[in-house]
Parts: sequence; C-alpha cells; structure tokens
Amino acid sequence: MVAKFELTDASVVVIIGTGAGGGTLANELAQKGVKVVALEAGGRYLPEDYLNDEWDSFGQLAWLDARSTSGDWRVAKDFSGLPAWIVKAVGGTTTHWAGASLRFQDHEWKALTNYGPVQGANLLDWPIDGAEMAPWYDKAEEKMGVTRTGDRPGLPGNNNYKVFEKGALALGYKDVHTGRMAIQSTDAGNRIACQQTGFCFQGCKWGAKWSTAYTEIPDGEATGNLEVRERAMALKIEHDASGKVTGVLYADKDGNQVVQKARIVCVAGNTIESPRLLLNSASDMFPDGLANSSGQVGRNYMRHVTGSVYGVFDKPVKMWRGTTMAGIVQDEAGHNPERGFVGGYELETLALGLPFMAAFLDPGAWGREFTTALDSYENMAGMWIVGEDMPQETNRVTLNMDVKDQFGLPTPNVHFDDHPNDVAMRNHAYERGMAMYKAVGATRVLPTPPYPSTHNLGTNRMSENPRDGVVNKWGQTHDVPNLFVSDGSQFTTGAAENPTLTIVALAIRQADHIAREMAAGTI
Amino acid sequence: MTRRQLLSRSVALGATFVVGAGFVAAPNAAWAMETVALKPATMATLIQMARDIYPHDRIADEFYAIAVKGYDTAEAAAEIEAGIAALDAAAVGAGHPSYLGTGWERDRVDILRGMEQSAFFQKIRGGLVTGLYNQKAVWPLFGYEGESFSQGGYIERGFDDINWL
Ligand SMILES: Cc1cc2nc3c(=O)[nH]c(=O)nc-3n(C[C@H](O)[C@H](O)[C@H](O)COP(=O)(O)OP(=O)(O)OC[C@H]3O[C@@H](n4cnc5c(N)ncnc54)[C@H](O)[C@@H]3O)c2cc1C
Ligand code: SF4
Repeated sequence: MVAKFELTDASVVVIIGTGAGGGTLANELAQKGVKVVALEAGGRYLPEDYLNDEWDSFGQLAWLDARSTSGDWRVAKDFSGLPAWIVKAVGGTTTHWAGASLRFQDHEWKALTNYGPVQGANLLDWPIDGAEMAPWYDKAEEKMGVTRTGDRPGLPGNNNYKVFEKGALALGYKDVHTGRMAIQSTDAGNRIACQQTGFCFQGCKWGAKWSTAYTEIPDGEATGNLEVRERAMALKIEHDASGKVTGVLYADKDGNQVVQKARIVCVAGNTIESPRLLLNSASDMFPDGLANSSGQVGRNYMRHVTGSVYGVFDKPVKMWRGTTMAGIVQDEAGHNPERGFVGGYELETLALGLPFMAAFLDPGAWGREFTTALDSYENMAGMWIVGEDMPQETNRVTLNMDVKDQFGLPTPNVHFDDHPNDVAMRNHAYERGMAMYKAVGATRVLPTPPYPSTHNLGTNRMSENPRDGVVNKWGQTHDVPNLFVSDGSQFTTGAAENPTLTIVALAIRQADHIAREMAAGTI
Repeated sequence: MTRRQLLSRSVALGATFVVGAGFVAAPNAAWAMETVALKPATMATLIQMARDIYPHDRIADEFYAIAVKGYDTAEAAAEIEAGIAALDAAAVGAGHPSYLGTGWERDRVDILRGMEQSAFFQKIRGGLVTGLYNQKAVWPLFGYEGESFSQGGYIERGFDDINWL
C-alpha cells in the first residue's frame, strides 16, 4: 500500500532525492514507522526500462539540466556543460553505478591528524571514526548484498579482470581480487546472480546490482509510510521566524509550484544540487544561504583522483563482456608518503563500450593516433584509478546568476583545480597501471584523462566545530536543527574508496538518529 | 537508378567520389546519397574531411556519409558551404587544386591542422563522435557486440573465454 500525504501535513519528513543517500534514508525511516515524502526530480525507470545502449541510456537517465564549469581540470574544456555524470531518476546514480563497495580505512577518517596539514588543502578530521561506523557498514553490506562480506562469495573474473590480475601479480601486488561488489554472486532474496551482461553503467536489467530504484524504494513504499513523488524538483527550502525549516517549495510533474510542509527536511540531491538548493534557499534571515553560517556550503568539492589506463594487446580481450568493474588492486590504497603524496588509491577494472570509448578516450583528439587505438578496441583491457583528492576551499559549487534553469533559478557552476597532491597521485597511478599492462605484453598503453565526475563529494562537509563545516556527526546542519544532509556532500574528506557504501552506511545511521530524536521529541 | 544510369549521370570528383545533380556516390556505385540542401561536391568534400578526422581504413565511405548526412539541411547548409569553401581555399593556398584534389592524407591533415581551432572544424569533429561511432552498423568492424541482455548476457557466452594469457 503506497502512502499518500497531504501537502499541509506538517508531520512528515521530506527527503529530497532518492539515490544512494535519500533512497536508503527513505526506506529506513519508513521501516521505523516514520512518515516520509520523497521528492525526486527524475522519473521512475525499472530494469525492464533500462537500455543496453550507452548513449540511449545516457539520454534516458543522466542529469542534463544546465550546469557550467571553471578551473584547470580538463573536464571544463572538453565537457564544459557536463561537470558530472550523474542520474536524474528514482534511484539516483545507483542506477548507473558499478557497485564497488569498500569501507574507508581507519586512518582515512582522520586525514588531518594522519597526513598532517597539506598546503592549499582544507583537510579536516571527520567527527566519527572506523569503530563508530563498523556496525553501520555491517548493515549496509547486508542490505546491499556486498560480495566478499558476510558469507557471500566473490564474483567470477571476466576477461578484463584476468588481464588485470595477471599484470598485478606480475608487479608483485598481493591484494588483488574480484572486488567487494553490491552485485549478487548467487541468487538470493528477489535478486538473481549477475548474468555478466556488461552494461552495469546503464542500469542492471537483471536487478543483480543493488540500486535503490528497485530495492529500498519499493521496500519503503510497501510499509505504507513512504510516498515518492517523481518528477518533483525541489526549488527552495522554507523556514519560519525561529529559523527552523517548515517545508519545501517544489515544481510537481505538471509544472505547478507547491509547498510540502515538513517536520524535518533531509537534502540528498548529490553534491552539486544539494549545496545549490541550500544557496538558492537564501532568505533575509540566512542571506548567504541556508545552513551556511560557516561559509562552507558549496566549498571543498571533491571528485576523487581519477583517470583510466587502457592497454592494447596483440590478441582479443573483449573487455566489455561481463561486470564493468570486475576486480581491484588494493596494494596502493594505504598512506605511504614516500611515494610523493599523501593518501592512497585503488585500481579497479573498467570497460566502456565503443561509443563511450570514442567520446572519453582522449576527448577532442582526432587523426590516426586516436583512430588506431580504437581500431584495437577488441584487444583492449581497461582500468580506472580512484584515489583520495585534497579538499580545497576554492573548489566549489557556486550559483551562476547568468544562466537560469527551466524554473528561472540560478544554475550551479562547478569550479575545480587539481591540487599538486592530486597530480602526483594520478601520475603515480598512471605509471603503475601502464606497468601492469606492459607486464602482460601490452603493445600500447593509454593514460586516459578523468571523465566527468561520477563521485561528487564534500560540499556540505561534516565537522565537529560549526565553524569548519555545514553538518554535525549526524548529518544535521549546525545552524538549523531540523535540516539534515543525507548524501555524499557530507563527506569531510574523500578517502581512496568508492563512496557509496559509506553514503549508505551514514544514511542508515542517520535514520536511526532521526527516528530516535523524533520519538524523544527533540526535533 | 541502376548502377549504369547512375554512373552515366555523374562526373568524377577526385579519385574517391562521383557527383551528379543532387547526389554523391562511390565511383563503383556501391553506395549513393542524395543531397537536398548542400551541393553534391560539398557533401563529397565533407565526407572526405570526416574520414581524415577519424580515419579507419576498414570503414567504408558510406558510414562517413551517414555520419555527416545530418548537415544536409536548409538550416545548416550556409555554414557548411562556407566551411568547405574555406577548406578548399586552404588547400589551394597550400598549392593543391582543392581539398579533394589533395592526394596524400598527410597533406590534407596539414590543412585540417591549420583550421583545427575553427568553430566549423570543431562542429564537424564533435558531431562525428556520435555520428560515426554510435552507428550500430560500424560496431562489428571494431569487434564490439552491443546489446547483450536479449541473449542472456555473457555468462554462458564467453565472459571469461580469454585463452592467451
Ligand atoms: C558511471 C558511474 C559508476 C559509479 N560506480 C560506483 C561504484 O562502483 N562504487 C561507488 O561507491 N560509487 C559509484 N558511483 C558513484 C555513486 O553512484 C554515487 O556516489 C552515489 O549514487 C551518490 O549518492 P547520492 O545520494 O549522493 O546522490 P544520487 O545517487 O545521485 O541521488 C541524488 C538524487 O537526487 C535527485 N535530485 C537532485 N536535486 C534534486 C532536487 N532539487 N529535487 C528533487 N530531486 C533532486 C537526483 O535526481 C537524484 O535522483 C558511480 C557513479 C557513476 C555515474
Ligand atoms: S554485468 Fe551483472 S551486474 Fe552488471 S548489468 Fe550485467 S547482470 Fe547486472
């Protein structure tokens, strides 16, 4: 029984966004009997709707509203209107994601303490640590069915993985395996095992990969406590004279602008839209934007140190067959400053189809250097670098007053400059990745630049001291007690790991906190 | 139109194309494309330009023709005619009869490098990224297999069949 709540019902929790953070929070609260209205800008697409076609799927699911870019990152030149590759749909970017689900390493929760101050970086310790998060990680792994956790076996390695593994072992790497993936390795519950179709980024048509679209959301709806309003774009969060939030102005699917009253508002629109919404919610009382007394809303935008390495071999690999992210090398993930940078990185297999390979291998390139690489597409293996990048105050999401969206609101500009630590780490990872493929006999290696950001983090950072960040250790804003941030924008620092498991673990923990405080009448 | 009729109504343009009233075709008539807004010679030059930007020797001209066919509209024609005229002028400036009359790819690429920053070049190059590589008919030429769900994925069709490691 799907719930239906009145716009005037001021007892509900309103969640903005239904991705990793928002979708999980919505279900968790609904399971605890809390009434939830989830506003989702995108439409609802399920496995039967997903398309095994890269551009068609992109057109179906990607967030394509106007955005702009600045800074020295190459994305600003090659994809000036597309800083990030994220999804506008029920389920958010968990429709697109590959499923790699890694816990932070203990030292990464305390980056400032463990790395020491880094010039130009706005490093800070999280107000929580690995011990605090361990039980929540357990719950997240259980919920998502993460392989190699609990009693779940790993996935089998595909062709791309076998090349990767052989190269890694040849270099002496030890921590090499087919990953901890939120992809079923066996049939369990109502999710079947991975069928190795190879379109994980386009939405898993088998439902083998965890996505809130077909797990958390229907589970939450089944409780009768959750109403998901799709094609509902939140425009502004409203507040009263006491400074508490009272509801959310949104454009509904018919284009009407209405207000949903709320007891609590949780923002989970991903790291670009969440700060944008807070900034667009500025008022006489909060002239710099909601929850922004620290001035940190929109700052410290992180996207992980990324890049890819493709190796060309004299024989076929057919990397596109099977799981897109089919394995990992973790030996470089630790903090070893003797490598010339702080923090660490993971190497993970990655495959793109031919259409995306043409677009992303070397954007803007042309001529035979480029086309002979594509001619060998069938003989390519690929990997992706994901490492900790440095938070910088000047890397930030701001409002672009010159460009308005379809609702007349200022659009987000994403400014990003690489930190020297990011560059040193990327170069190290390129060198290691190329060496791996050469060790297996690659005839050509291609260190490929970062794609538009898939991991977007940090613009409403968590901090102990209200002066340093936007939210406290529960994701509750320092300034407004009934306003929460529930997505990756809470990240104080990015760590080396793909972020979603941590986003989900934080959302489960936050739901527990919100339900408890609501019951106690403190919010 | 039969192959003989087509060839009887056309004139050679460089070594790669023949053009006639309202169409451009391969010299052996393996394919032909009608033009509505662009001059046939302009379309022929555009096809060659497309190949020189993304040269794949195993991909026939037909696919490059399909990739740029979208510019053959009343709205786009003026910009394309002007861009191709500039390309021909650059070829003449470099001592060649025309762009299509420039025999070596190396010389044509030099001409393109000279106009690489122009809006016209960038528009054609950018459009080709999807116009050429998102044609399902070219995927097999790269070995790419496309959609796999309807065939049950690769779990029983070789996801791990690599045999040379
Ligand atoms: C190709 C790809 C592969 C990836 N692979 C991995 C991986 O292997 N492992 C990993 O950990 N992570 C991966 N990620 C990243 C992962 O998907 C994200 O980190 C995660 O989904 C972010 O969760 P979120 O809740 O912050 O935002 P999202 O999941 O993006 O959800 C935000 C939702 O909010 C909605 N929204 C935004 N603004 C508004 C508004 N104003 N009103 C209403 N709704 C709004 C959006 O439409 C969206 O549905 C990948 C991402 C991509 C693109
Ligand atoms: S490879 Fe596996 S997880 Fe990925 S889309 Fe196919 S079935 Fe789903």
